[in-house]
Amino acid sequence: MASDTVPSTEPRKLHSAVTESKVARVTLVAISLLFLLLILLLPLAAVFVEAFRKGAGSFFTSLQDAETFSAIRLTLIVAGISVPLNLSFGVAAAWAVAKFEFKGKAFLTTLIDLPFSVSPVISGLVFVLLFGANTWLGQWLSANDIKILFAAPGLILATMFVTFPFVARELIPLMQEQGTQDEEAALSLGASGWQAFWHVTLPNIKWGLLYGVLLCNARAMGEFGAVSVVSGHIRGQTNTMPLQVEILYNEYNFTGAFAVASLLALLALVTLVLKTLLEMRYSAEIAASRRH
Amino acid sequence: MSAHNPTRWRFKRPSVIPGFGLALGLTLIWLTLIVLIPLSGLAWRSSALGWEKFFDIAFDQRTLSALRISFGCAFIAACLNVVFGVILAWVLVRYRFPGKRVIDAMVDLPFALPTAVAGIALTTLYAPNGWVGQFLTPLGIKIAFTPAGIVVALIFVGLPFIVRTVQPVMEEIDKEVEEAAATLGANRFQTIARVLLPGLAPAVLTGFALAFARAVGEYGSVIFIAGNLPFKSEIAPLLIVIKLEEYNYAAATGIAAIMLIISFAMLLVINLIQSWSRRRYGYGV
Repeated sequence: MASDTVPSTEPRKLHSAVTESKVARVTLVAISLLFLLLILLLPLAAVFVEAFRKGAGSFFTSLQDAETFSAIRLTLIVAGISVPLNLSFGVAAAWAVAKFEFKGKAFLTTLIDLPFSVSPVISGLVFVLLFGANTWLGQWLSANDIKILFAAPGLILATMFVTFPFVARELIPLMQEQGTQDEEAALSLGASGWQAFWHVTLPNIKWGLLYGVLLCNARAMGEFGAVSVVSGHIRGQTNTMPLQVEILYNEYNFTGAFAVASLLALLALVTLVLKTLLEMRYSAEIAASRRH
Repeated sequence: MSAHNPTRWRFKRPSVIPGFGLALGLTLIWLTLIVLIPLSGLAWRSSALGWEKFFDIAFDQRTLSALRISFGCAFIAACLNVVFGVILAWVLVRYRFPGKRVIDAMVDLPFALPTAVAGIALTTLYAPNGWVGQFLTPLGIKIAFTPAGIVVALIFVGLPFIVRTVQPVMEEIDKEVEEAAATLGANRFQTIARVLLPGLAPAVLTGFALAFARAVGEYGSVIFIAGNLPFKSEIAPLLIVIKLEEYNYAAATGIAAIMLIISFAMLLVINLIQSWSRRRYGYGV
């Protein structure tokens, strides 16, 4: 039985030194998927299942409620005003920070990011403290019959505070990476500053800008804590969609709550799909901002 | 002739690009109106409280337990997110499996889904008779309406922060480093534990800090699932809202100031640790 003692000539099975064994790989993928299922996917599914639990008919009737309707309208108004304003601020901030070198730039960027590290509830509270009835500003406003708190202007201000950094944060790293050569070339060829901005800078940053606006809008429409503090919860008047979800839920009107919630979840899904498409098609142009 | 002195102090380096004054001016005006004036209002009002009143609010038993619950749950959630987030990022960067692209996109869901929606959905799942909760109840595990529910909501909120800070750094790891470790006789576990993970430390810390800071202030998703019992499952942001509804502006201001001070102090410490570990280890963020 010599063949038994002769070492096998089969080459020993090799596996790559830079990956894990198959068992480890399968386990890690399984852990990740289970975790995502429990934390992300089931909650998302629950929103739609609960909204349609009593059938499509009752889903649509619950959306035709007058208060729900006014909540949708108010959400669109608040986002429609605060997003464009933050967009123009974001472009101005990115232009100043990314295209120029000046003293205190790092400090300015920190200040721009500040709202990220403030609790939404505190973001609302600061406006209550500023415009409340017991401050001189609040008294002057009420003497002149101007309503800010517990009205649309307060909701817009709180939303702007919360979504303040979104656009600037996407644009600054992107514009820093692109440098100033393109604009310098345009200027040397006789373009005015505005022409350089419209025809050179804007086309360079348009996808990154869209990306920032998407995230800003999703947050503006979905913000809860800050607007909850300044809204005053006047039914049919100062409730945005997320606040309407809370009211319906607390009244045990679960179909209604989840119906409004499903609209917001749909908005989130559309945002994610657009965001993924942007990342796939223009990954190079927005790569800089993904590193954040 | 100081104008020709290159070392002269200048606010701005000269540039042919126009519009600096306009852009910086707009930025500063906007920043001051929307962020700085409101925030300094908070600082001014809390300093007007005086030390004695401030300490009364800070060391009130209910405030203390709310702060403990907020920071404690945020810490636990951020730690769990580090473990699962790093595994998830690794799986997304290194392995191929069906549906990976969708999974990768879904990680951003908490950025896009309004927190109130997440709150009612998670409550529906983890309530004692909910989709997941019904299987846990016989085991004696209660998640919704306990601090465990708060942790679940905060895991949801913080997850993308960890994955999205660690993922790009993992993508840039040079495989030669791992090959070198393997040729020097390290097994796979040693390579990961001794070579790869230390290099990821700065990114993991950044992600941890972002997730933690977000979780401490989180309100919308938590209030639905927490049960909101004072001393047991009442978070600090909710206590601020309760004090405001009682027109107790002093207490609301005081608690808000304490929260901000602790958060900023923690971010500062984490920044220091981070810059240290970036010098010590490697890949940078």
